[in-house]
Amino acid sequence: MIFVQVIVGGLLLGAIYALFSSGLTLIWGMMNFINFAHGEFVMLGMYVAFLVVTWFGGGPILFGIASALALFVLGVVIYFVLIRHVVRGPMLSQILSTFGLALLLRYSAFFVFSPNFVSLPQTSLAGTRNVAGIYLPVAQLVASAVAITLTIALHFLLTRSTVGSRLLAVAEDRSAAMLMGIRPDRMQALAWGLSAAAAGIAGALMATAYPWSPSVGETFGLIAFVTVALGGFGSVLGSLYAGLIIGLIQAASAFWLGAIYKDIVVYGLFVALLWLRPQGLMGKA
Amino acid sequence: MKRFYSPWIGPCLLAAGLLLYPIIFSSPFYRDIGVTFLLAAISASAWNIVGGYAGQVSVGHSMFFGLGAYTPLLLYTLWGWPLIAGIPVGMLLSVALSVVIGLPTFRLSGHYFSMATIAVAELIRIYFGTWTLVGAAIGLQGPATGRGWWDLTFRSELPYYYMFLGVLTFVLYVTFAVERRRFGFYLRSIKASERAARSLGVPVRQTKLQALALSAAFTSAAGSLYAAKTGFIDPDSGFGILVSVQMVIVAALGGAGTLFGPLLGAAILIPLQAATNTWFGGSDSGFTLNIFGVIVSFHGSGAALTFILYGGIIVLIARFEPGGLCELWRRLAPRLWKSAHAA
Repeated sequence: MIFVQVIVGGLLLGAIYALFSSGLTLIWGMMNFINFAHGEFVMLGMYVAFLVVTWFGGGPILFGIASALALFVLGVVIYFVLIRHVVRGPMLSQILSTFGLALLLRYSAFFVFSPNFVSLPQTSLAGTRNVAGIYLPVAQLVASAVAITLTIALHFLLTRSTVGSRLLAVAEDRSAAMLMGIRPDRMQALAWGLSAAAAGIAGALMATAYPWSPSVGETFGLIAFVTVALGGFGSVLGSLYAGLIIGLIQAASAFWLGAIYKDIVVYGLFVALLWLRPQGLMGKA
Repeated sequence: MKRFYSPWIGPCLLAAGLLLYPIIFSSPFYRDIGVTFLLAAISASAWNIVGGYAGQVSVGHSMFFGLGAYTPLLLYTLWGWPLIAGIPVGMLLSVALSVVIGLPTFRLSGHYFSMATIAVAELIRIYFGTWTLVGAAIGLQGPATGRGWWDLTFRSELPYYYMFLGVLTFVLYVTFAVERRRFGFYLRSIKASERAARSLGVPVRQTKLQALALSAAFTSAAGSLYAAKTGFIDPDSGFGILVSVQMVIVAALGGAGTLFGPLLGAAILIPLQAATNTWFGGSDSGFTLNIFGVIVSFHGSGAALTFILYGGIIVLIARFEPGGLCELWRRLAPRLWKSAHAA
């Protein structure tokens, strides 16, 4: 039974990994660009949820939407202020821009919110259900269900909608898209907004179930790299599967090796992937 | 126009200034800043070989620094090796690690290399924090008093200063030599366009790997010197993200891919850091907590401010002047010259 419990715990967390990683993979697929500050977006989503709850009260629906909106705006602003200017510049600029941004956001959060752990007060989602001897915390269950739904929704948005076709057209060929009357800047800003919103809402969902501090962004950012590398760069469905797999691996290694090894195993998996299958599960290359 | 100065005047003045600095500023505070400056310049120059010249941006160079710092102290703790004997061992280990990372990632685009470096550095940092042989979270200590010069343990800052200055000179000399050889041209051609370089017959992967190995060896030596000087090492001071960040920002601020850029960057940032630390009481006397397996370091507010400042500077460099201050100077100097002589 404990075995099933470990698997369930891993899948619940993995669903949220899938959601924020799908944001990272969207940017990579669209622009061939890696966002080192993606984990910080998740962290900011958590703090937005925290601020909304402490200032206005309100339930998960309110702060979930607030986090998504706030991070969407942040993503668009960051695109126009920073990313647009470095994306076709030298590799040094591309990498240092978001790497510096990550430091800036992470340590500003340290400065503003203090390094102490915080958690949301008990929400309406408190409590647990016992299903056939398996312990299911309601908050995590709802969070994972929402995360999976949103990830699949993002997949359909990209593959089945006009906006998605436009996004993919810009990714495919910027100038050809421009000739078709698509504004690439607008589409890429939209991609950054969606990516950051996915991270923000994933953060808000996680905030309902886990305590956090400003430094969690670093861990989440690295987990997103591994998830995207496993799922295949640019594939939202790939990151859905990979997120679930990585949640499982983390839960299993935390259970059998000890909690401290769960990140070591995941980062080790990343190095192994680079050696064995750099294109990931669903990658094209 | 007649050149009224020899190109050697600048470097000669620089060398004289560096040689005389600890004699002019003899208080321990200023000497400590001098030693920190040299160490930052060494590690940033080492990073510069692969990050600047070859354009392969590593954001996890702390892994080599930390290996270089841990190895001599570990060999001393286990078998009483003199610290100086541990330095080449650390360099060998770092070169081996650089091959493990470089072989798979240099087949792929540059982003993979950057992601791999940060992931591996973090992996090693967490692992060293749990590994009892290397003292887990507490780390390792060097000899309290040196048994001889080969233990590199001195009371005064002065021997460290001149030792580091010697190493910096060597690293700069090697970089200078690399710059002028075929290898240096290979590196710059890879940075400019990997595809074009490959089509012209540059052995791209091999060249990148050699640059990374050279860079790793020097970074490791810098780590060993750091450990010998401070006398102890723990996971955060060896493998922490600040170590990598500092190398990147020092090199990029001065000018990544230029010989003296890292020196310039260090000359600006290290005094600045000393100032913020004194003003805001930044201390590394933080502690780490492990909650749900997430390792969390608690920093003093001064340390957080330093990071905010660093992050801001890195973003500004990336956005406005990826060539750093050297490039800015190269662009502005002729204009200033003209406006000064127009009247």
